[in-house]
Amino acid sequence: MSDPGHDTPHLPGPSLWPIGFAVGVACLLLGLVISWIVAAIGAVLAVVFGLLWARDVTRDVRGEVPEVTPETRAVADVSSPGAPAVAAEAPLPAYTRSRFLEATALGLGAAIGAVVTVPVLGFMVLPSFTNVEEDDVDLGPLENFPEGEYVIATYLANPSQGEVTRRTVFVRNNGTTEQNVPSFTILYSRCVHLGCPVQPNGPIDEDARKEVDGGVELRPVLAQSFGCPCHGGQYNSEGNRTAGPPVRSLDRYTFSIKDGRLVLGELFAVGNVSGTGATAQISRYPWSVPGTHVDGVEAWLYPIVPSQVTG
Amino acid sequence: MAAKSKRQTLVDTAVLAPLDWIDDRTLAVTGTKWFLFRKVPRDISWAQTLGSATLTAFIVQTLTGVILAMYYQPSAAIDPVTGKPIAYSSIEHITNDLTLGWLVRGMHRWGASVFVILLFLHMGRVFLFGAYKHPRELTWITGVLLLATGMLMGFTGYLLPWDQTAYWATVVGINLNGTAPFAGPWLAQFLASGPEIGADTLAKWYALHMLLLPGAIIGLIFVHIYLVTRLGVVSPPWSREAAGRERGTVAPAGTRAGLVRDTSGGQE
Repeated sequence: MSDPGHDTPHLPGPSLWPIGFAVGVACLLLGLVISWIVAAIGAVLAVVFGLLWARDVTRDVRGEVPEVTPETRAVADVSSPGAPAVAAEAPLPAYTRSRFLEATALGLGAAIGAVVTVPVLGFMVLPSFTNVEEDDVDLGPLENFPEGEYVIATYLANPSQGEVTRRTVFVRNNGTTEQNVPSFTILYSRCVHLGCPVQPNGPIDEDARKEVDGGVELRPVLAQSFGCPCHGGQYNSEGNRTAGPPVRSLDRYTFSIKDGRLVLGELFAVGNVSGTGATAQISRYPWSVPGTHVDGVEAWLYPIVPSQVTG
Repeated sequence: MAAKSKRQTLVDTAVLAPLDWIDDRTLAVTGTKWFLFRKVPRDISWAQTLGSATLTAFIVQTLTGVILAMYYQPSAAIDPVTGKPIAYSSIEHITNDLTLGWLVRGMHRWGASVFVILLFLHMGRVFLFGAYKHPRELTWITGVLLLATGMLMGFTGYLLPWDQTAYWATVVGINLNGTAPFAGPWLAQFLASGPEIGADTLAKWYALHMLLLPGAIIGLIFVHIYLVTRLGVVSPPWSREAAGRERGTVAPAGTRAGLVRDTSGGQE
């Protein structure tokens, strides 16, 4: 057009307005379906950006040729050190359009990938850490727990999930404390070495077995110590380690008494117990996985455990 | 060149031409030849077959595993008919009721041990022969990842029968992971799907055992075998050849009996 002798195809100058024009047209079409206000806005956008686009495209016809620096890849960067003056005279653009498009394509791909992947990975990981609180368990009337004796109590921690959530605790009624408050020792049966089921070292009185509503089973046992069948960990009547590999004392439950019934509260880890029964001094810590230290220098290896964060 | 026999023409058109057509487009035939018909040192022995033995064991595990998955049900819920968990009942069904189920389950169960044992033997051979050295470092690294993935396959598969052994061994395994510093308790809670093993744990481990880990292990096997094919097999450390010493000329078997015409070394 401007140069008839030139046989290369004519290319209009770069323009961003077609994007606005396209948005306007899309808006107009959408407005035809949902609302005339949207259609009107779309029409205005389309007209305005269409005119701006037309102005850009016809610029060289009207004789206004904008100055556009030629775009090249910065391939001359590795020029010989013998001609530094030439290189300084014509600095090549460091960031060309093709490089921009490359980065955009990769960046957009990564963004789309992240939008899809992050929630999916979240679904894989988060359910193990959220909504893991369990309902308080009712172990039944206090009369079932004779003073000074251990009772093996098994119960469903989460009745809606069934037998897979059956747990065992060893409950001992300690009578009352000096302040006349009822006292119970409730040891969780899981070994604090690696989680095997600790057994009481004594005969179980199967004849005195009782079932309480809600899937709770109670069996009195004559035992003043506990042992683990897997790796030989031994505990005394307060749950302190006496032999074997366990790294802390047996985990315990808090409890409350509601309408004359014993209700389990929260599971917690125990560093050590001094004293016995109602007068015992218990060093209490947030629950952690068996095998992890809760006190001493080794506890520094486990600065944050999930139960401290998710409750 | 002499005129082709009728039989040769037939073979050319029926077999070679279609193969050429495929190879032209995919390089499948060239690739297969590159993979299978490669040169190996003269002084290799049965020790170098441990890798392919391991691969064979893995293929057996894959096939038997896919078929076991057609009958196994990963649910901890109680089966109303048997009164036992559904997973355990389906294992009993496979072992006791289904035709040849005992065999395929046995192959998968014992094959798992064979696979892990072969992994270690293969690794020992590579270590003792120094076959992990330049340029085969990446083959060794992918091999170590394969060992870890293989052990994880064993760990996740052990829970699936859902009997007492499976359950408590997995409790111990999860808590062993839990004793790792810093991340341990988080890893344990992820593996158990909560503070303790629950209703979701079995399905998670089933998915790990037969979807996630096999995907990882198969990908790693491809990289590993590609590297082995590309870099070739190494001579044993006592190799005279590799030390640059001449090997005495050995006549091929059968020469003395006049069965071999050319004793100069054949094609090589």
